[in-house]
Amino acid sequence: MPFGKISPYILAAVFSAASAAAPATAADGETPRDVFERVGCWSCHGYKGQGGRHGPAIARTPHNYEAFSAFVRTTSGEMPPFTERVVSDQDLRAVHGYLQSLPEPPSADNLSLLQDVFPD
Amino acid sequence: MIEKKEANAGGSSTVDRRKFIKGVAVAGASAVAAGEGAKAAVLPQRDRSQPRPSALRPSAQIVAAESGSVREAGADGSPGTVPGKPGSDFMVDVVKTLGIEYAITNPASSCRGIHESLVSYGGNVMPELLTATHEETATAMGHGYFKVTGKPLISLCHGTVGLQHAAMAVYNAWCDRVPVIMMVGNNTDAATRVPGTPTLHTVQDPGSIVRDYTKWDDQPGSLQHYAESMVRAYKIAMTPPFEPVLISIQEHMQEHEIHSEKPLTIPKLTTPSFPAGDMNAVREAAALLANAEFPVIVVDRAARSQQGMQNVVAIAESVNALVVDRQGRMNMPNMHHLYQMGGGALRRADVVLGLELTDYWGTVNDFSDNAAQNVSSIVSPDTRLISIGVGDIYVRANYQDFQRYQPVDIAIAADAETTLPSLIEAVKAAILSERQAAIEQRGADARRNQAALRERTLAEAAANGWDVRPISSARLSAELWAQIKNEDWALVSRDQSLSFWPHRLWAFENHHQFIGGPGGQGIGYGLPAAVGAALGHREHGRLVVNLQNDGDFMYAPGSLWSAAHHNIPLLNIIYNNRAYHQEVMHMQRMASWRQRGVENALIGTAIADPNINFATVAQGMGVEGIGPIEDPNDLSAAIRRGIEVVKSGEPVVIDVIAQPR
Repeated sequence: MPFGKISPYILAAVFSAASAAAPATAADGETPRDVFERVGCWSCHGYKGQGGRHGPAIARTPHNYEAFSAFVRTTSGEMPPFTERVVSDQDLRAVHGYLQSLPEPPSADNLSLLQDVFPD
Repeated sequence: MIEKKEANAGGSSTVDRRKFIKGVAVAGASAVAAGEGAKAAVLPQRDRSQPRPSALRPSAQIVAAESGSVREAGADGSPGTVPGKPGSDFMVDVVKTLGIEYAITNPASSCRGIHESLVSYGGNVMPELLTATHEETATAMGHGYFKVTGKPLISLCHGTVGLQHAAMAVYNAWCDRVPVIMMVGNNTDAATRVPGTPTLHTVQDPGSIVRDYTKWDDQPGSLQHYAESMVRAYKIAMTPPFEPVLISIQEHMQEHEIHSEKPLTIPKLTTPSFPAGDMNAVREAAALLANAEFPVIVVDRAARSQQGMQNVVAIAESVNALVVDRQGRMNMPNMHHLYQMGGGALRRADVVLGLELTDYWGTVNDFSDNAAQNVSSIVSPDTRLISIGVGDIYVRANYQDFQRYQPVDIAIAADAETTLPSLIEAVKAAILSERQAAIEQRGADARRNQAALRERTLAEAAANGWDVRPISSARLSAELWAQIKNEDWALVSRDQSLSFWPHRLWAFENHHQFIGGPGGQGIGYGLPAAVGAALGHREHGRLVVNLQNDGDFMYAPGSLWSAAHHNIPLLNIIYNNRAYHQEVMHMQRMASWRQRGVENALIGTAIADPNINFATVAQGMGVEGIGPIEDPNDLSAAIRRGIEVVKSGEPVVIDVIAQPR
């Protein structure tokens, strides 16, 4: 079953908020963001690579593609390795590009909801 | 504060249990008193000039009835009536002595006798009968209710099909060390049992269905036996380790006139003192803590009261030990400088004190859920391990809730909350003056680290997809906190699906503000347990928040109807990631290990196509539904409206379309 058939709101998110700075299409008309979601990174790292309980933040990854790829291909921790049989080099480059294209988050200092959060 | 609704405030009783018992107890056994307003201390006995009832005769109407269980009553009164006091009235007398506030039922014909006695003879007070749409819901409501009130309630259901429905909720309660009194209807006497459905709903041994995860059960053979077993069951359930118990009540005992050669008596309830640690072992543990270079305390279900929580703080502050919270209960204020959410501190520990840990092995070992299943110890081989908990007192074999075996250096088989006061005193006595400087330095280090952690937390919250759609867990948590922090609030769910953002941003200060999770991790606990917990909070007028996972919601959505029907105020925030997301990740893990690609991971795990509109579901059960909320900028108004509804004394649902975690 196609991914979008199962989870239409994911597709809606894809088309509604794609970054203007995203790299060019990776393959078959997909945007890099499409690839990011198709290969499942969002599941643990969030749709914006923001991280969560099961995966750290990866947005704006500081690693170059070689280091990024080496980790993704060979990791043996909680994150399973994504080999070339699962994610092609072309797709992985698209994912890396997408993550690097994500804009800087706002500063906590500029968000009213994050002022006076903690007790003295 | 929320305005109380007088008609449903609950908890009010005209029966003072202690006075009641004192008034009728004689040398450990009391002559029985009838229910509300009763004057006689001894039950009226059957008129022995009349013949005993003959064999029961099913009528044509009875046979035709759908239940097939309607039965003509005794022959020694007016035809078709029970002339004297029915047995289930006495059963209610017994329940009333125990001070149980609520019985929750999904109505069952095998319980019709006591059902009628509860609502008529018993005046539907102490206990008040509440309606659930599923036996699992009723039992999980009792689970949540106990963790707020410290009081058990009765889950009343069929001993067969009802108990089978309730079984998973019983298991959750068992794993979470929560007493729920399962009262189940049955009729083992084939000679008096109507054929058809009632026989299908009969079992020789109903307790066997849940015996692996109940602490005690009985199927009394007489009303006197019932009285003794009911009091015994309550006593067993309410002695650490608190656990579910089960009493099977026979239909013929419920429905027929009382026939007892001797006056029925209700035994006096004496709750035993709770098991405290052996003082030699306590002093040995204290010496280790007092002399440790880097002691760490790990807590799971360590505190069941405000005082218990304060004692956790006291033992931690006595040596400035970091406290790693496994969040089985509200163990410690999370803004305390010694509080730790993660277990990283264990890597530095030379002494670890575990308080009521269900999984000590999993606390001090790291098990990677990867293809190699790597295992490594988190603590050093020289780390001294101390355990205080009831897990060493009582354990069963079949279900594996006792986890892997962890050797420790000092194992104190005792209730941690009961033992902590003596441990605190022993530690204070064991601290040598030359250790004070090191202890104070640990405290200063912890304060400095906490300040840095708070800075990082705020930065991560801002970076955690602050404006994205679906809505991020950090944004949702911050929006909620802004509107509840000045209220008397309580969270009645866990927050792991929100990546623990509430525990990172909200200030949990009082014991009633958090109750831990389901225990057995059985899905379907969340919504009914939250409703039960909200029932416990209701008389205090608290703003009760339930962060409700979408998948869990669909197991027992009827819980919402119970909340509406019984006017239980509760702010339900549906964390709607449109999937059984834990399973999505498992599918991805499997596919990656096998190098098959992850594109199929949503098959069988997504809850979409069609998307569930939880606001509409709520509205269909008489609950105001808000949403779906997809834009984070719409959250504030939705939450504000939700709080208004809750403050009016009603439940509400806000459907929030959210990030996976």
